[in-house]
Amino acid sequence: MGVDFDLTVVWAMIIAFAVTMYVVMDGFDLGIGILFPFFRVGRERDAAMNAIAPVWDGNETWLVLGGGGLMAAFPLAYAIILPALYTPLIAMLLGLVFRGVAFEFRWRDPGHRALWDAAFCAGSIVATLAQGVTLGALLQGVEISGRAYAGGWWDWLSPFSLLTGAALLISYALLGAGWLVWKTEGRVHDDARRFARLLLPAMLVAVLAVSAATPFLDGKYYERWFVAPGLFVTVPMPLLVAFCALMAWRGIGGGRDEQPFFWTLGLFACTLAGLAISFWPDVIPGRVTIWEAAAPARSQLFMLVGTAVMVPLILAYTGWSYWVFRGKVGEHGYH
Amino acid sequence: MTDADTALVLARAQFAFTVSFHFIFPSFSIGLASYLAVLEGLWLKTGRSEYLDLFRYWVKIFAVAFAMGVVSGIVMSYQFGTNWSVFSDKAGPVVGPLMAYEVLTAFFLEAGFLGVMLFGTAKVGKGLHFGATLMVAVGTFISAFWILSVNSWMQTPQGFTTNADGQFVPAGSWLPIIFNPSFPYRLVHTVIAAYLTTALAVGGVGAWHLLKGRATPQVRRMFSMAMWMAALVAPVQLLVGDQHGLNTLEHQPAKVMAMEGHYEDHPDGAPLVLFGIPDDEAATVHAAIEIPKLSSLILRHDPNAPLKGLKSLPKADRPPARIIFWSFRIMVGLGLLMIALGMWSLVARLAGRLYDWRWMHRLALALGPAGFVAVIAGWVTTEVGRQPWVIYGQLRTADAVSPIAAPGVGGSLIAFVLIYFSVFGAGSWYILRLMAAPPEPGEPDPRATPRMAAPQAAQRGEG
Repeated sequence: MGVDFDLTVVWAMIIAFAVTMYVVMDGFDLGIGILFPFFRVGRERDAAMNAIAPVWDGNETWLVLGGGGLMAAFPLAYAIILPALYTPLIAMLLGLVFRGVAFEFRWRDPGHRALWDAAFCAGSIVATLAQGVTLGALLQGVEISGRAYAGGWWDWLSPFSLLTGAALLISYALLGAGWLVWKTEGRVHDDARRFARLLLPAMLVAVLAVSAATPFLDGKYYERWFVAPGLFVTVPMPLLVAFCALMAWRGIGGGRDEQPFFWTLGLFACTLAGLAISFWPDVIPGRVTIWEAAAPARSQLFMLVGTAVMVPLILAYTGWSYWVFRGKVGEHGYH
Repeated sequence: MTDADTALVLARAQFAFTVSFHFIFPSFSIGLASYLAVLEGLWLKTGRSEYLDLFRYWVKIFAVAFAMGVVSGIVMSYQFGTNWSVFSDKAGPVVGPLMAYEVLTAFFLEAGFLGVMLFGTAKVGKGLHFGATLMVAVGTFISAFWILSVNSWMQTPQGFTTNADGQFVPAGSWLPIIFNPSFPYRLVHTVIAAYLTTALAVGGVGAWHLLKGRATPQVRRMFSMAMWMAALVAPVQLLVGDQHGLNTLEHQPAKVMAMEGHYEDHPDGAPLVLFGIPDDEAATVHAAIEIPKLSSLILRHDPNAPLKGLKSLPKADRPPARIIFWSFRIMVGLGLLMIALGMWSLVARLAGRLYDWRWMHRLALALGPAGFVAVIAGWVTTEVGRQPWVIYGQLRTADAVSPIAAPGVGGSLIAFVLIYFSVFGAGSWYILRLMAAPPEPGEPDPRATPRMAAPQAAQRGEG
């Protein structure tokens, strides 16, 4: 299959990059939110929160780039997907409201800290579930007529979308546990290791279930996975997943503290690559290709200039910010 | 009303609600970020501790306001698609890239350096920390630049053409799109409004502590700085607003007709309607108090210049004057009060009584929230004044809405109202509580507040 390497393909890759950055970076923030109630009230929770306080805002910005970039580069896709996933997306936004303000509010109001801790956790869970459901609903297909969404506002709800929601919940939680194993010490570190040991097998089961169900959805996934060039990715994938999982497992059991996080990232890379195979070359699977949804070249080119200049800069100063807050976080903030 | 009409009204209510709530926070954080940069810069330059105290005092308030701005802002970036999908499809190729530039050049900058600004005092040198504060301040301004360019393009669209799918696409260069006719005026007017809003909030807090008898050097310093800002900037804002209005008259005359309460044509000089009750149905202003010819004098600089009224337009093309007439007067009235406060403070300063005149402090306290009210009133004026168009003269609001059934839009609106009032209500309460305590000498580093409660951490945070 020949690929026309044009502007639209470049933009599809940029959006995929933004989504990947978001999933990875806000994934561990949300994961810590999901695990929050399992940490002891007091210093343990403070340390878990402090491990992400300086970086969560930048991490979340990738979501705005993904959404804004989609509107700019693929306006038709943005105009169909957002109404189709109206309810989960609004729920996600409201979840992120609670999650985001809790970072400040829990310190400002010690009398109601339990309340804001609950908001932090519930907001993280709702946002994660909504993102997972969104993915599942997209994979199962949306109804379109002309240039608009034609389904109802409950179409997104299905056993499959609930499955993807649950899978993402487990996956983010594992990523969050991995981050805490890396960035904290003492009790919270030990607890995170314990959680990771339970979450890793759970994530494997969940990913396996989603992978097993996807080819049988009403889409072309079967073809895309089991016919070249998708086949070349499908065949080695189980081996790669097994390898990452094994290394993550060893990392959780002992070894260097950053290992669980980075091997979990490897698992994320495998699943995201699988999703890319499922989507390509559509932006709305089975319905709208990236070329059908594309903005005119003049719009895509204008943004490409900005992206080519700004994204390396963003990565540089984001990297610097992570470097400033390197090392273990203590119970009172970064050492 | 049909279901579609109801859904449209609910979608408009939802956008108006979420954007008005959101706008409160950046109109504070744009000014506050610059104020913080000035305070930190002055501290580095002079070494006087009261500047550092004030920086640490206001940065805590900034952190709370900024968090609320971020989370309410992410909602906005999705509102275009969830509730206005036809607009997104049609205008995405023009406004989408501008908003993408906002994310790339502003949001990441603010978010990337905010962590260092809030938590990095002990981890980076003073110079680098000041650099981070500057980056956050610059980021807030760049953000205003792009989003106001988008908004201005929707008010005064140019540089576009339409394609076979009915989309607005760039016709050639991006410069006419970005620098569309109303953009320079709107940008200057809005950014000054943000500075003024912050100055009044800071001045209000200073006045509160002066009235409570806490005339510490820190309180005096912030009150004095705020009053300088009000005295210098409020009159400038009047001139800028006047120029913005003339620009609107040129490009969106219907909006000005509604602001002025002019339904009838006035071929030989239009009166200034000071007050009255506009009635859009009957197309008349009840109980109007007018000054003859003054509107023509202000708008055309000629008392006898003709001005057209709303009746010259088909009813379907008229913006609702009953809202705009009043929102405009609220904005202008508050602006005049701000100028009065600024002048009064100058007189007090000349008399050497800036920290003594209690009635001036009371006015400053009363005007503490006035900037927010004026900003929202001005926003209502310009946005409602654009109606019935979402892209002025090109795409009607009614034709831009998402195909979502009324219960869906209504349900999410209720959720937004409940959650925004409770969450942002709590946040505003925390801000007021922080403001109620005066800045202390040796104000603790935000790092040392409960977040890192141990006393040894506080000491390490110094310097």
